Amino acid sequence: MKTKNILMNGILNENPTFRLVLGMCPTLAVSTAAINGIAMGLAVIFVLAASNLVISLLRNFISDKIRIPAFVVIIAAFVTIAGMLMEAFVPALFDALGLYIPLIVVNCIILARAEAFAFKNKPFYSFMDGIGMGIGFTLALTLLGSIREILGAGSLFGISLFGQGFEPAIIMILPPGAFFTLGLILALINKVDQKQKKKSVEQA
Amino acid sequence: MEYISSLFLILLSSILVNNFIMSRFLGICPFLGVSKQVSTAVGMGAAVTFVMAMASVITYLAYYFILEPLNMEYMQTLAFILIIAALVQFIEMVIQKMSPSLYQALGVYLPLITTNCAVLGVAILNIEEKYDLLQTLVNGVSGALGFTLAIVLFAGIRERLELADIPEPLKGFPLAMITAGLMSVAFLGFQGLIK
Repeated sequence: MKTKNILMNGILNENPTFRLVLGMCPTLAVSTAAINGIAMGLAVIFVLAASNLVISLLRNFISDKIRIPAFVVIIAAFVTIAGMLMEAFVPALFDALGLYIPLIVVNCIILARAEAFAFKNKPFYSFMDGIGMGIGFTLALTLLGSIREILGAGSLFGISLFGQGFEPAIIMILPPGAFFTLGLILALINKVDQKQKKKSVEQA
Repeated sequence: MEYISSLFLILLSSILVNNFIMSRFLGICPFLGVSKQVSTAVGMGAAVTFVMAMASVITYLAYYFILEPLNMEYMQTLAFILIIAALVQFIEMVIQKMSPSLYQALGVYLPLITTNCAVLGVAILNIEEKYDLLQTLVNGVSGALGFTLAIVLFAGIRERLELADIPEPLKGFPLAMITAGLMSVAFLGFQGLIK
């Protein structure tokens, strides 16, 4: 039961992108197409789960004072591994994500979960927290990427949706589109939230 | 002469055309977090400029004089992030000793810079673009100036928005995002400056 709660927590209640608003740089930069979102998300799931697991295993050996540098070294090691794996097996995606692969190191989500969860909890739960948070991040990126790809290129996962007659709004795959899409999604979530709150107040 | 024009091109490109925030999406966290007031935005910009210039040069030296001779280029990410973390800590201590007033002004922002991806980003970009030492320095400084320009302008807009009548769901991050989007459209106008 607890495992399921931890998983769902990362995906919904504390979705890193939509709820905590963490890790904005890769979110905005790579969500130009749905496939990029998935690739970035998978890399983050791998790094987050692996580093959470290792940090949790070592939590009794790392002294409090040097924990941040220790976290950073562990995270950087897994980011390097993820980058090398991607370069070897999916070079096209590696090129598309480029600079943002090494930058996973400074993605605040990973450091935040290490500090807030993995350093205080058992290895298995930490691992699941990494998976949950990673899936939440992946879903958010894929959603953003899909919206931007549909509006900005008229396709989804590279498959053309509307045929020749469609004039894509190129601005959606340019940088401004990232800000607009994320801003509107966040506003929508706030709106739904407020409605629910009102409902629960009325019921009480 | 051609060399000087290449430096000028880097300068123009990093400040306006490929602005770190508006078109490369580096350093969004401090951009959204520390942009409620113009004065704090200026402080953050100054601190970032200082760190980015130093970090560019030191990571350049570390890459070409340590990592490359040892054939350890794959350690780039790990080495750079440690260098930046140590550098930020070191700069903080030096400023504290040398100029307490500057430390008071920058103090809060310095530790935050370690997780600013613009710093690591510029270090990696310098290596990828195969810049030499002077070009690296120019790229670091101008990238940071571009960051400062964007964050100060953004803080100015947000100060005005404080007093505006905003629909409830848009308050906070959503409106900040849309504001940043509109600024980004303006920065797109510089795209034609460099071929």
